[in-house]
This record gives sequence, C-alpha cells and structure tokens, in this order.
Amino acid sequence: MPDFFVLAFYAVLGLGMAAVIILLNWFVAPRTLATARRNTPYECGDPPLGSGWVAYHIRYYIFALLFVVFDVEAIFLFSWVAVFKTLGLWGFIEVAIFIVILVIGLLYAWKKGVLRWI
Amino acid sequence: MSLWQLLYEPDRWADEINKLITNWGLQLGIPVFITQLFLMIVVAVILLSFILLNVAFLTWLERKVAGHIQVRHGPMRTGPHGILQPVADGIKLLFKESITLPFVDNFIYTLSPAMMFTAAMLTYIVLPFAPGWVVAPLDYGLIFVFAAGGVSSFFVFTAGWSSNNKYSLLAGMRTIAQVISYEIPMILAALGVALFAGSLNLVEIVEAQKGLWNIVVQPLGFLLFLTAALGETHRAPFDLLEAEQELVAGYMTEYSGMRFALFYLGEYTHMFAAAALMTTLYLGGWQGPYLPPVVWFLLKAYALVLLIMWFRWTYPRIRIDHLMNFSWKFILPLALINLGVTALVLVW
Repeated sequence: MPDFFVLAFYAVLGLGMAAVIILLNWFVAPRTLATARRNTPYECGDPPLGSGWVAYHIRYYIFALLFVVFDVEAIFLFSWVAVFKTLGLWGFIEVAIFIVILVIGLLYAWKKGVLRWI
Repeated sequence: MSLWQLLYEPDRWADEINKLITNWGLQLGIPVFITQLFLMIVVAVILLSFILLNVAFLTWLERKVAGHIQVRHGPMRTGPHGILQPVADGIKLLFKESITLPFVDNFIYTLSPAMMFTAAMLTYIVLPFAPGWVVAPLDYGLIFVFAAGGVSSFFVFTAGWSSNNKYSLLAGMRTIAQVISYEIPMILAALGVALFAGSLNLVEIVEAQKGLWNIVVQPLGFLLFLTAALGETHRAPFDLLEAEQELVAGYMTEYSGMRFALFYLGEYTHMFAAAALMTTLYLGGWQGPYLPPVVWFLLKAYALVLLIMWFRWTYPRIRIDHLMNFSWKFILPLALINLGVTALVLVW
C-alpha cells in the first residue's frame, strides 16, 4: 500500500468516527427551547457586549513571524539530519553557518524587545 | 504456544497472519489488493479500539491520581474503584444536548473537535508499538508526528475562534502563541536523537538504541523535550488555554454534548501520543529484558503519563509572559546548543 493511501484512509476513518459520534448525539439528545436567554454566549452571568470576535494584540502576530522563520529552519534541518552521516564535516559547517545567521536574528529580535510580553 | 509466548515475537506473528490471510484469499480467488485492504481495516479497528479504551482509562486514571495526590478517593461509586466512570461519563454526554448557538461559525465549530481528534489519532500510525507492529513505518515518521501534532493544536485555535465568545477567542490566541513557541525547541531536541540514529524513521530510531537508551546520551535533550511536550499538549503547568480561573473553560466554553467529549478524546489521545513519542525517542521504545516488547512499550509510556499527571497536580500554572520568556529565552537557546554539541561530537 502506498504511504499516502494509508494516511488518507486513517484521516477519513477518524473523521468518519467523529461524524458518527456527533450524529448519534444529535439523534438521541433532547432539545431545549431556543429562547433568547439560552442563546446568549457565556459571559459570567452578564449579557455580553458586542460580538465575540474582538481585536487582539499585535504581539501574537510578531511571535508568529518569528515562528515561521524557525519552523522553516527546522524543515531544512530535518533534511540535513537524514543525510548527516554522508555529508560529514562539511555539511556540519554549512548548517552551523546557517544556524548562526538565524541565532543572530533571534538575538537582534531579543535586543529590540520583540520577545517582551507586555 | 500460548498467546503470551507469541507476544515475544510480534514481528513473526504479524508476518504469519499476513501470509495466512493472503494465501487464503488467493485460494478463494480474491485479488491481493482486496485482502490487503481487509487487513488494513482490521488493523485500523484494533488501533481505534486501543485509542478509545486507552483514553477512557486515562480519564479515570487522571481522576484517581488527582484524588490520591489530594488525599481523597476520586471516583468510587461506578464499578470497583470507579473503573466504569468513563463509561458513565460517555453515556451521560451522549444524552446531553449539543447546543449550537445562532451566532457561531457553524461549519468550523463542528469540524474543529472532529479534526482535532483525527489529527491526534494520526500520530499513532507511525508509532512502533513492538517490532513489526507499526501501521505505516514511514521514512519521514518524525516529521509526520510533529506535523500531525501541530495540526491538532491548530484546530484548538479554530474552535476558540469559531465559538464567537471572548473567552474562547483568548484561549485560541493563547494556544497559537504557546504551541508555536514550544514546537521549535521540541523539534530541535528530537533532531538530536535523529542525529544519533541517522534516520527520521521511528523504527530505526528505536533499533539504534539497542543497549544504550538515548536518555543516557541526551539527558538535556530529554528534559527539553519533556518540557516542550507539556507546552505542546497544553498540560499543566502550561495549560494556559483552559485556565479555568480566568478563561472559564478556555476554547471549550461554548461546547457541550459529544462535541465537547471529542475535545477530551483529542486531548488525551495527544497526551498519550506525546508520552509514547518520548518513549520511542529517549527510552528505547519496546526494548527491555524478560517482558514482551509491547508490554515494555506500554509500561514506559504509562510511566511518563503518570509523570505528566503528577506535574499537573503539583505545579502551579505559569503566567503567560513567563511562559513565553521561558520558551524563547531559555529552552530555545538550550535546544540549539544541545543540537550543536551533539552534531559536533558525532562529526568528531
């Protein structure tokens, strides 16, 4: 069996099981009257003010940017690790240069106060 | 030969059954493809039942551990020592209304719990439970585990966002911030192990640990991976996204009925997957004397699960700024140093 067929099979299986569970619940569960009071989102007893989709802080975005940089780095490192033994010393030096550049970037971000969570 | 003796040779056992069924199919004139598909379905059913029973047991275990750590009994009424409690909980949740409020993003709202469970379940297909007992021994198994784990956390965010509730949204944003911060050190720590084995295939990583477990040669890597795995699977002390004192129930606030139960299923599936992955990477997987391989694997994984539960009921929750600082300013540099030193030693 090809790998991707197995993966797709299990993905469909998991989703199918979840669907069966949710449908079964939908069939057997009781229904309550959908009054206006029942249909309010939970907010500690007070009626909510406005929509739940409020603006959030920019710092999440900055951390996500940093993450993308390091995650792409991780993808490159995976391929390096897979052929580490055949590349030897030369491959190690090249990857070391690559990581040092990224670490300098991290230190720069650190010094600029990006990593401060206010 | 008894079943217990067969457990010592799981790869031969799997091979024999495979051959037997294929030959039997050929005699009846059924194409090999169909018999293979049939075998795959049987394996899938076994794996799914294992996951579900395991999660049921884990929820009971967590409550018992919590109870005994706090000098009380935990569940005691349903069955001996409350062992049937997960069944009772499951039946209760099945008969509860799964409320969908009119202003939620309905499609994503329903999809999130299902996808979260599916993604967590997908990590199991590359885990080697015993020699030959792995659904798909992928050559890129390590990448796949991290990818599936990451996707699982992503659907926590979509659940929080689609609920249209301020608490859920906050929890969702925190999830993204926390998970992405702890994923990188986790990957970097695991890469140190992969360097030793010279492969990303989890089966080969286990076989490379014959005689010497990776925890001996990578003690720092193990500690980093354990810490990062707590952050990645949102377990205490890093359970900020469901901090019940400030966020009610975090991303699950608006969920009820079976959709709520699916989140629980996903969380515990993910937690056990993390423990099993740590067993595979650092504790030598199925290897050990006297007992059958699969028993060793489960013993080690459960030891780690108990450790994670012990953490939950011992440490207070970390503040969010400390959480982010800890990841970016402490664990990430240490993980980079760990990887660099490992590579340097191996090149030498």
